[in-house]
Amino acid sequence: MQQITMGQAVQQALAEEMRRDPDIFIAGEGVGVGIHESPVMPTFGLLKEFGPERVKDTPVSEAAIAGLAVGASVLGLRPVVEIMFNPFFTLASDQIVNHAAKLRYLSGGKSSFPLVVRIKTGAGFGAGCQHSHNLEAWVAHCPGLKVVMPATAADAKGLLKSAIRDDNPVVFIEDMGLYFFPTPVPEGDYTIPIGVADIKKPGRDVTVVTWSKMLGVAFKAAAALGKEGIDIEILDLRTLVPLDKEAIIKSIQKTGRLVILHEATRTGGFGGEIAALAADEAFSYLKAPVKRVTGPDIPVPFSPPLEQFYIPDEKQLIEAVKSVLL
Amino acid sequence: MNQKKLMLYQNMLFIRRFEEKLTELCKIEGKLPGMVILGTGQEAVAAGVCGALEKEDVIISNHRGHGHLLAKGADPNAIMAEIFGKKTGCNKGKSGTLHIAVPEVNALCTTTVVGGGIPIAVGTAFAQQYKKSAAVTVCFFGNGSADEGSFHESLNMAALWNLPVIFVCENNVYSGAQRMEEHTRVKDIAIRAQGYGMPGVVVDGNDAEAVLKVTAEARLRCLASEGPTLIECKTYRWRGHGEADHQVYQPKDEIALWMERCPIKKIENELLAEGVISKQDITALEDVTAMIVEDAVRFAEESPLPEPREALEDVYV
Repeated sequence: MQQITMGQAVQQALAEEMRRDPDIFIAGEGVGVGIHESPVMPTFGLLKEFGPERVKDTPVSEAAIAGLAVGASVLGLRPVVEIMFNPFFTLASDQIVNHAAKLRYLSGGKSSFPLVVRIKTGAGFGAGCQHSHNLEAWVAHCPGLKVVMPATAADAKGLLKSAIRDDNPVVFIEDMGLYFFPTPVPEGDYTIPIGVADIKKPGRDVTVVTWSKMLGVAFKAAAALGKEGIDIEILDLRTLVPLDKEAIIKSIQKTGRLVILHEATRTGGFGGEIAALAADEAFSYLKAPVKRVTGPDIPVPFSPPLEQFYIPDEKQLIEAVKSVLL
Repeated sequence: MNQKKLMLYQNMLFIRRFEEKLTELCKIEGKLPGMVILGTGQEAVAAGVCGALEKEDVIISNHRGHGHLLAKGADPNAIMAEIFGKKTGCNKGKSGTLHIAVPEVNALCTTTVVGGGIPIAVGTAFAQQYKKSAAVTVCFFGNGSADEGSFHESLNMAALWNLPVIFVCENNVYSGAQRMEEHTRVKDIAIRAQGYGMPGVVVDGNDAEAVLKVTAEARLRCLASEGPTLIECKTYRWRGHGEADHQVYQPKDEIALWMERCPIKKIENELLAEGVISKQDITALEDVTAMIVEDAVRFAEESPLPEPREALEDVYV
């Protein structure tokens, strides 16, 4: 199996889908050549292969980029547009929240908007809080959108293909921390269904529900805890909307304990939704309170020790896991 | 040409009578749910612009949009039923008066977010260019929309990519309760076109023929791959922002002056003077128009309301 990064997996998905379907085009700031031109970045080489008609390097105009996707999709194209960093979603949000998410409903189901908005995210790059801010809970709060947030390169490729083929607007959030480490990815065409979580490591004692880059933290904690005889189950959601409730409940039934791990800040974070689900639909299986390990309620700071303080680590997760086993 | 002019007259008269009926219905307690926003006095823009379009051309409308949709050929029964919130409405009661989409006539989006439709028009025009279809997009918005950031981003991108889109600024003097001079320093929105590298045209928005002419020219430029145009139609909003607005900020003599410039009376007088129609023709046309409007109201009133649980449908494909 090929060993590639998530950035390369996204690039493969884009290239393979664009070869398959001429109605797919991509647009965004620097998707052509751009300031981030590098073989590990997701749109590398696409301009050369598909030309400027299908690879649209846009002005710095997030609202117009998102509107481009909305308008092009209602006429049957399948746009995949990129918002460079998650905080810039705010500039595109009217088009995504008020239009992409709602126009099908407002048409009474007559129109569809098969678009994908790819958003890069993640702290850990010394970029500061206006470039680093995980806002997945915001988009998950808008009915009409699907929200995908893969944790592995293999999942990213299969999920992005599903997102592109989906007839609904999909927000696809890629953590840049996953762009630089090669992992095994199947060659050629395959899809992974949206809305299906994945047990990345089966375990007996505690369910850890996580997504995106935090999967790596969960694995580090699992290794350390394993040495102490504690066996955690790692459930990677992969998709926040639609949420695979069944997989979460099933895992809680098995372990009786739940810890939620995400990089985004705590208050109003998507972890609260998982905790509420556990309380509503799996309360009788729980043997301990539900714990959350999240970023603190602060903007992502710049200075390396401050930024590291922000990002949840395995120590915090180990502590939380042990606390629910007491 | 006389036929075209007659058609403009018929369309405007129909829009006027349709909206007058809404004004009447608004006064009956409990008849219409929610707010109603009308474009009375601005019919020449809707009729003139849509008169220059073909069915496959796309329009993107806004909160003052009934006229646009009717002029584009939408079924008045389905529009009226939607305004009544009925199951038989164009959008099954999901959109109401403010957000009506009529994909059957390529009226693909009506948005109430001021300026929200302009980026979408960039997208539909992009698709038309991408597919090499002989069709264009028209985006209707008001003078207030030209203050939004979306206006700037969209006109810049549309010009840069030479997209087949016509931006129609329906300048009705007011943006909410603000007069033009209270919300912008320029006298003509159209001069902004120069800043994006596209033609900007000012036209008498109460002269349907003139509106049709400049739209047809802009459409030809789009189809000749000469890119977008910004057309500013100078008109006036006879009524308030919505039917609940008491218009305390609109001088009475100003309203009276613009009512004298009624776009429908203007074309009617011309058609009479040119001998295209007679007084009897007008009476007959009024009767037919009233009948169609009454039919639409009857259809809407007799239609069932949606079942509450239908609220859960149509979110996802």
